[in-house]
Amino acid sequence: MKLKWTFLTIIITIATVLTGCEPLLVLDPKGPQAATTANVIWISIITMAIVVVVVLVMLTNMLFKYRASKQPDDYEPPHIEGNKYVEGIIVGIPILIVAFLSVVSIISTYQVEATPEGYEDQEPLVIYASSSNWKWHFSYPEQDIETVNYLFIPTNQAVEFRLYSHGTITSFWIPQLAGQKYAMADMVNTLHLAAEVPGDYMGRNANFNGEGFAENTFNVTAMPQTEFDQWVDDIHATADPLTEETFNELLEPGHLGQMTFTGTHLEFAPAPEGENGGHHHGSPDDSEEETHDHDDEHDSDSEETEHENH
Amino acid sequence: MKIDSTQHLEYSTEQNRINILGFWIFLGAEIMLFATLFTSYFVYEDRIGNGPSGAEIFEITPVLIETILLLTSSFTIGLAIHAMRIQRTKAMLGFFAITLVLGAAFLGVEIYEFIHYYHVGATLQTSAFTGILLTTLGTHGAHVMFGLFWGIFIFIQIKKQGLTPQTANKSFIFSLYWHFLDVMWIFIFSFIYLKGMM
Amino acid sequence: MEFFERFAVPHPSPMIYASMVAIGLVIIAIIAGLSYFKKWGYLWNEWLTTTDHKRIGIMYIISALLMLFRGGADAVMMRLQTAVPENTFLDAQHYNEVFTTHGVVMIIFMAMAFIIGLMNFVVPLQIGARDVAFPRLNALSFWLYFAGAMLFNISFVIGGSPDAGWTNYYPLASTDFSTSVGVNYYNWALQISGIGTLISGINFIATIMKMRAPGMTLMKMPMFVWSALITNAIIVFAFPVLTIALLMGTFDRQLGTFFFATDNGGMDMMWANLFWIWGHPEVYILILPAFGVYSQIIATFSERNLYGYTSMVASMVVISLLSFLVWVHHFFTMGQDAMTNSIFSITTMAIAVPTGIKIFNWLLTMWKGKIRFTTPMLYSVAFIPLFTIGGVTGVMLAIASADYQYHNTMFLVAHFHNVIIPGVVFAMIAGLIYWWPKMFGFMLNERIGKWAFWFIVVGFCLAFFPMYITGLDGQARRMYTYSEATGFAPLSMLSFIGAALLAVGFAIIVYNIYYSFRNSPRNIGSDPWNARSLEWATHNPVPEYNFAVTPEVVSSEALWDAKKRGHKLFKNKIEKIHMPNNTGWPIIMAGLFFVFGFSFVFFIWSGVIISGLAILGCMAYRSFKQDDGRYIPVEEIKETEDKFGGANE
Repeated sequence: MKLKWTFLTIIITIATVLTGCEPLLVLDPKGPQAATTANVIWISIITMAIVVVVVLVMLTNMLFKYRASKQPDDYEPPHIEGNKYVEGIIVGIPILIVAFLSVVSIISTYQVEATPEGYEDQEPLVIYASSSNWKWHFSYPEQDIETVNYLFIPTNQAVEFRLYSHGTITSFWIPQLAGQKYAMADMVNTLHLAAEVPGDYMGRNANFNGEGFAENTFNVTAMPQTEFDQWVDDIHATADPLTEETFNELLEPGHLGQMTFTGTHLEFAPAPEGENGGHHHGSPDDSEEETHDHDDEHDSDSEETEHENH
Repeated sequence: MKIDSTQHLEYSTEQNRINILGFWIFLGAEIMLFATLFTSYFVYEDRIGNGPSGAEIFEITPVLIETILLLTSSFTIGLAIHAMRIQRTKAMLGFFAITLVLGAAFLGVEIYEFIHYYHVGATLQTSAFTGILLTTLGTHGAHVMFGLFWGIFIFIQIKKQGLTPQTANKSFIFSLYWHFLDVMWIFIFSFIYLKGMM
Repeated sequence: MEFFERFAVPHPSPMIYASMVAIGLVIIAIIAGLSYFKKWGYLWNEWLTTTDHKRIGIMYIISALLMLFRGGADAVMMRLQTAVPENTFLDAQHYNEVFTTHGVVMIIFMAMAFIIGLMNFVVPLQIGARDVAFPRLNALSFWLYFAGAMLFNISFVIGGSPDAGWTNYYPLASTDFSTSVGVNYYNWALQISGIGTLISGINFIATIMKMRAPGMTLMKMPMFVWSALITNAIIVFAFPVLTIALLMGTFDRQLGTFFFATDNGGMDMMWANLFWIWGHPEVYILILPAFGVYSQIIATFSERNLYGYTSMVASMVVISLLSFLVWVHHFFTMGQDAMTNSIFSITTMAIAVPTGIKIFNWLLTMWKGKIRFTTPMLYSVAFIPLFTIGGVTGVMLAIASADYQYHNTMFLVAHFHNVIIPGVVFAMIAGLIYWWPKMFGFMLNERIGKWAFWFIVVGFCLAFFPMYITGLDGQARRMYTYSEATGFAPLSMLSFIGAALLAVGFAIIVYNIYYSFRNSPRNIGSDPWNARSLEWATHNPVPEYNFAVTPEVVSSEALWDAKKRGHKLFKNKIEKIHMPNNTGWPIIMAGLFFVFGFSFVFFIWSGVIISGLAILGCMAYRSFKQDDGRYIPVEEIKETEDKFGGANE
């Protein structure tokens, strides 16, 4: 038993040393959504650590106290049936723990699914992120630009991603800004986030999608609003327009570097939402219908407010 | 082999009782199989893609004929088991034969129905809806087909050996299977055809 | 020539060619060996055609061990490839094939076979039965499993391995993105072995419900029997879902339907749902028998009765019901609304409660006991804290919002290995060592066994705990490589070292089998562990009829009653015993299924039709064939009993 503890200590020490230099990405949030998940993770780690410690203490106690070498040779262990009170405790306490974590889970899940806290009044910046083997295409309909494999977002600004795929199921993930969400070919998923610290962040597809999966990453740069507007203007001044022909070439399987275009592919290849969605034939799942209605509302809202913003 | 004569013939040996329990468990698995098919059907029901919808291709006449044939056959297999229990081998064989003939007729009409679907352009490869429709009907049809051959084999065995604990056991289990297929057909009739034609 | 081109491997490498040669040589060696020692008849009569549950159980376990080494080799290759950044040992395609086959082989062909093997061997003995309810179907189950396993394993030398992950999500698994025949193999191998598993499930429920010894009511069954009963109930209700899902997948890939397509009405999410409606109960199919094994072992080596028998049973029933209500937690990130995710988050966490009851009951079983640290007990003792860690990380994963960060990362990989290895694999090794004397009549060496234990436990911790950390650092699973800049390198190297230690541990187990076969004493009596349940009341190794006289029991610890409380287990005189005959029908039929599956994989329709008809022909033959079994005469039983020292009378 001692051997095991020695090993565990060694592992933990190594782990701390190895990772001590930099905090783990998921636990180093740079925006409200990731902060929520990081907090939830810490809450659950602490709660669960208590459980592990209790089990370890009980186990060590049993093993040291009741090992055969410590008992007299003629010791006959008693026959003990279950006891109502003991079993009440071992059912009751786990139920309390699970109930507590359930509340945490529900609250935080609603939180990360909604517009980030503190940004409710703001009109979110809508970006369509669509994946193809093995690239990410980011369309900014309001700014009328499109990038490949890199993403610029303004800080302190709610961003609403509309995720879909041109093929396999992928998962859009920027660990330091928010948890992931699937991008699929027959529906559009929505992901809300906001960055509060300017900087470069790792973004990737987290869901296995074939040969090019490991390199299916993109770079995220968060910058103040003014710099972002400057960047948009620069693109309009320098980049080529995205044509249907070019876009279809981009969709071919393979890896591309970072690219920039004016215009978006949404004009000739719309996202599978609303009328184009796989669900418009009347999905039996009501909740999905609701999400779509919600999306449509957003669309009309953003059109109305677009002029005010400019 | 101990034969317990206070029980019905099909329950008269321990192995017979085990067989019947085993078959009930098998039917439990079959229920899950069809439940999965029905669930999938409900998901795909309105996802007709470029193909026709149910209302466009369903025809009431063959479906009604199929339903009557299968319901009647379920009744006659019940009669056959009743005859078996009162030791009327001849009557039992008669009802058994009628059941199989009705089953074959059902299959005949179902084949006609499938040809109809083919002609109106509803094949496995048309859309997700037609695919699941034909898969569900086909799974049921394949079960009936399998039952038909199985039934014929049992029929021959009773003819040769008479009613023994073994043949009685087989016949009883066959009747469970046949009733089960009938129940599944009632679900198909209600939730696929009637719902689709409404 | 064109006909043969389809069998070529699409991405050959020296390793694959080497494996082809190795497989060829092994087959030649086996055939030559069998012919030289004139063992063909023995093999056919005593093993391949057997209907004896004990031999079928042993064949399952041997196959499971073979598959453990196949899957283990995959695992070591993966860890080796990711041990250093930018490694070129495997390319992306090979890595994808390797982790896909690793998952399928370990879950379906290793763990499933191991638990069914142990159930086969132990359950009839623990309930005092002579065999299972349907011995011939039992043989068919095994051979169907074996046919499926072989079909899956030839994929990497003929036509190419599946490469879409063991979860095989569409549209990645569709012909658009996975162009080799690999996924066809996946569909048919799982389908064929799945039919075998389903038959096993039916067989064991009938056995346990109908064939218990007199006096053994449901609540007096040993805990392993209870776990087997519940497991098989889950099998019967979960496997048909897989059958349909695989059928739809096969239709999509091979007959051009649109079930999981992204156009024409298809829905890729449907596969994920169906797969996990089967897949999550599958997890409990694996873990519940493991719980049963631990219950037996911990009680035996604490020399105490199992604490809280009723709550142990109740918790398993609750787990089995909940297992069908949690599947969405495998894809919280698929875009359902927060409400749906919250509900499934709660049902998932609820499973922690019955599981917690079990952990505490095991701890309380040790309380006031007299704990002997034998090898099986060491595995059980290590299981408790390690499985607790795996369990609590499971609760962490069940929190939907946090899962958005854990999903598809190494954190998840660490979690499920953390429950499956200490949970299932430790239990299987412990169970194998525990029941080894029952199977073969000698014990495995304890000293070597403990060496293996330490290698495996330390190796496990080193291999998987680092993954929790890299997962939280943003390492997605299934990446064949990563760059230096990510900082995953040192921990990945640690993982590789752990995997290597695990491999050494398993090699030591194999050596131990060889060593003990040569050196262990054979005169160990019938109860070498001072055990409690009924299976230890008969001889080691068990005679083919199990018990000369049907035992009568009054509690779940029949042997303990006999040893300590003067209960008389065997009251009746020896009578002739009815046993099933051997039959070649199951192996032939499974062979035909293999041909059917193989032909379907490669679209060889003539082969499909011929083997399909032959399968139906086999069934017809069975329908007409009368086989009432045979009787072992009293003299023969007495002779056998005398050879063992006549302990039973």
